[in-house]
Amino acid sequence: MSAPVVVTPTSANVSVKQSTAIAKMNQIGLGQQQYLTFVLGGETYAMGILSIKEIIEYGQLTDVPRMPDFIRGVINLRGAVVPVIDMGARFGKQVTQITRRTCIVIVEVSMSGGHGNEDEDQNDDKHVVGVMVDAVNEVLEIPSMDIEPAPQFGAKIRADFIEGMGKIDGKFVIILNIQQVLSVDEMATLAAVAVDEVIAA
Amino acid sequence: MDMDDALQTFFVESRELLESMEQCLLKIEQTPDDVELINAIFRTAHTIKGSAGLFGLDDIVSFTHVAESVLDCLRDGEISIDAELIALLLSAGDHIYTLVDHAAVNGGELTEEMSSNGARLNKALSAYLLLSEHGSKAEINGEPSGQKQAQSNALAEHNHPYTTEGGGAVETDLWHLSLRFGLEVLRNGTDPISFIRYLGTLGSIEHIVTLVDNLPALAEFNAESCYLGFEIGFKSEADKATIEGVFDFVREYSEIRILPPNSKIADYLKLIEALPGEDLKIGEILLSCGTLTERELSQILALQQSDKRLMGELLVDAQMVPQPVIEAALSKQKTNKEAKNSEANLIRVDADKLDDLINLVGELIVAGAGANLLANNTGVTPLIEATATVSMLVEQLRDSALSMRMVQIGGTFNRFQRVVRDVSKTLGKDMELIINGAETELDKTVVEKIGDPLTHLVRNAMDHGIEQADVRLALGKPAKGTLTLNAFHDAGSIVIEVSDDGGGLNKEKILSKAIERGLASEGQNLSDKEIFNLIFEAGFSTAETVSNLSGRGVGMDVVKRNIQALRGSVVIDSIEGQGSKVSIRLPLTLAIIDGFLVGVGDSAYVIPLDMVVECIEMDAWNQDGGVGHYLNLRGEVLPYCRLREHFEVESAATNRENVVVVRFGDAKVGLVVDKLMGEFQTVIKPLGKVFSQMRGVGGFTILGSGEVALILDVPSLIKQVSQHYEHLKSVH
Repeated sequence: MSAPVVVTPTSANVSVKQSTAIAKMNQIGLGQQQYLTFVLGGETYAMGILSIKEIIEYGQLTDVPRMPDFIRGVINLRGAVVPVIDMGARFGKQVTQITRRTCIVIVEVSMSGGHGNEDEDQNDDKHVVGVMVDAVNEVLEIPSMDIEPAPQFGAKIRADFIEGMGKIDGKFVIILNIQQVLSVDEMATLAAVAVDEVIAA
Repeated sequence: MDMDDALQTFFVESRELLESMEQCLLKIEQTPDDVELINAIFRTAHTIKGSAGLFGLDDIVSFTHVAESVLDCLRDGEISIDAELIALLLSAGDHIYTLVDHAAVNGGELTEEMSSNGARLNKALSAYLLLSEHGSKAEINGEPSGQKQAQSNALAEHNHPYTTEGGGAVETDLWHLSLRFGLEVLRNGTDPISFIRYLGTLGSIEHIVTLVDNLPALAEFNAESCYLGFEIGFKSEADKATIEGVFDFVREYSEIRILPPNSKIADYLKLIEALPGEDLKIGEILLSCGTLTERELSQILALQQSDKRLMGELLVDAQMVPQPVIEAALSKQKTNKEAKNSEANLIRVDADKLDDLINLVGELIVAGAGANLLANNTGVTPLIEATATVSMLVEQLRDSALSMRMVQIGGTFNRFQRVVRDVSKTLGKDMELIINGAETELDKTVVEKIGDPLTHLVRNAMDHGIEQADVRLALGKPAKGTLTLNAFHDAGSIVIEVSDDGGGLNKEKILSKAIERGLASEGQNLSDKEIFNLIFEAGFSTAETVSNLSGRGVGMDVVKRNIQALRGSVVIDSIEGQGSKVSIRLPLTLAIIDGFLVGVGDSAYVIPLDMVVECIEMDAWNQDGGVGHYLNLRGEVLPYCRLREHFEVESAATNRENVVVVRFGDAKVGLVVDKLMGEFQTVIKPLGKVFSQMRGVGGFTILGSGEVALILDVPSLIKQVSQHYEHLKSVH
């Protein structure tokens, strides 16, 4: 049960402060050049590598009861308990099936704004979240001139999840706005709704 | 030295000192003759003044100085302590606290309220100084000061012999200060310049000469050593003890000599003799300070040559200060040392560092459990034994690491002595506070967060609970109301009780109010407990009048929320006419617990061991006889809940179920699980934002195998189960 690291992006060496700063730049679409491509439900997606901490093999997931489908459970990441999100289910598609190539991408997301969490007295607004994907491909450089803005409609996922459309080998790949996809606030709200539904039932 | 850090330390220490001063003042009310207490109070005021001076916080210095002067008179027995003075000193302490807070927050100009408050207290304190017979002569910054005038008188008397022996007095009216700071001064965290700056608050520095003779060659120069000396001509109305007081902090390792204005030439001679270095040179320095005229200097030198005998005597004698001053200095040094000794047993540690340590210990426990598991699997006896030893040590390590965070609740309780005292004065009720179980320990975080809710409860009890003395007498109760704070450990929780012997809660009144507010409906059959607990609802207050203490109905729901945030619970019990009791139940610690591991399907759950009463096999009963979900536990009705159903675990049911009986407060519930896996030490990992809304689960933990398990939140589970029952009842 060793933890094989499939890819160790250079971001692991970037100090946290720096990475946050870059992540912020990333949010406004600057400075980002390298992307990790991965497969999800047969489709290829990309996300910026700067918020990725590491990629681990799928295993030893603990189910958390009464949670929405997209929260698959929690894992032990060297002593820290990390929630694992099923990206497929988050996009409103099917629940990801576990295969030999299933990976968990560990991502650091910052909380969006500070609204609605007054009673939560935590001042660190960064959260580590695991994302379940069918397989990871490679780290690619996509120059900004090859990135088109997200289409108004027509994409199979929510428009605010898309940061842009990257051109790779002449094909468009959806570059995800990972901060939005993994918005902790939104997930917590959805989780709360799920809990209430169970109670009411 | 980082001044900012030092400043923060000063704020923290000042607050602590002020708190201890308050405690002493309250104690002195009972034992007015306790000299040690007066000394202790004086020391705190003195230390605050001194440290504030170091940081140039003049507002604090000037105000504290007056208070200190009064305390000094008190110490010398010039004035006697009475209730009025204690009240005044208490509010003076509060004012200093405000000043310290103010300095800590922004440090700008004082608000109008602060300065007017300060001026009022100042006036009141000064009145006491005038009472003491010597106290009105010296003026500092326009404030009268009662520093040891008597001692100054003694000084004058002592000097008297020299008038005949040593020729006339020098002409200047300046104090002469000769300062030789020790090498260690900087290393000890003091800065010569701050002393001189503070000196400036007592008068004006007319001349200053910096002596750099001791500066070594650059190669030997140590940036952390202080090589400087100063000769200062100082104009001030302050007396000698006050000026000496400035240098209290460095006296031990520096040479400080102070000559009053118009001292006799012989004194200067003695000074010159006593100082290391060339006599002539020092003489010149004195000259340049304006302390001496040329004529006086030559007189001194001549005197020195003419009378060797006197010189020798002077040197041996070295009586530069009058006897009382020396005694005072000695006793001060002694008390300082005592204070230092008791402090030496304490180390101030950043709470974050402690948290890190506890986190690490937590990891160690998890890793140790993993090693244990592997060792047991190998079946190699020496290895198993070795890991068992390690586990034992880790357990001890955990206990001592956790005990570092544990503090006695007494400190929090004692704060209420003051609250009770003040409030009883305001309300005109006679009340006393009885504290039990002050030595009960609980986690520091919990202690910090319990202060506010407790204050609400205590104030409520005093305002609404305890009646006026005449009402009490009419009811046949003693005129003096009693408020009791009690703390004890019970079933892995700490229970804090706030009880009073007042009027108790009026059920009808609460109920009608609740119906009026729409919190309950007419005809609803509520138990006493349920009715009492209504007062914890938001916006509920039965008091007809809103006092400035309580009655606005915002208190109790805040109390409840705060306590729930600590994973605790609160219940109220009351007998009308006899008083009420609020019991708060809190977990002992927030970090590590002993857990009981159970399995449901493939998942593992941890139940806090303190809450487990017993485990029984499910087969022992007839299952689900009818509608009810309850078991017969030796004649007791025990409601139960299948975790499998509750958590919707999708796996085949086993036919050998077990019941874990858990208890929280008065409630007992059976939890039906598949497997019992034994005791297990666990580190609580917080749920995190994503799972913050989850109910019935209090946190995560990591098992020896590396797997994550869920820690059950028994109180909320019990609540859910009972709600479920209510639900079932209303359906059927």
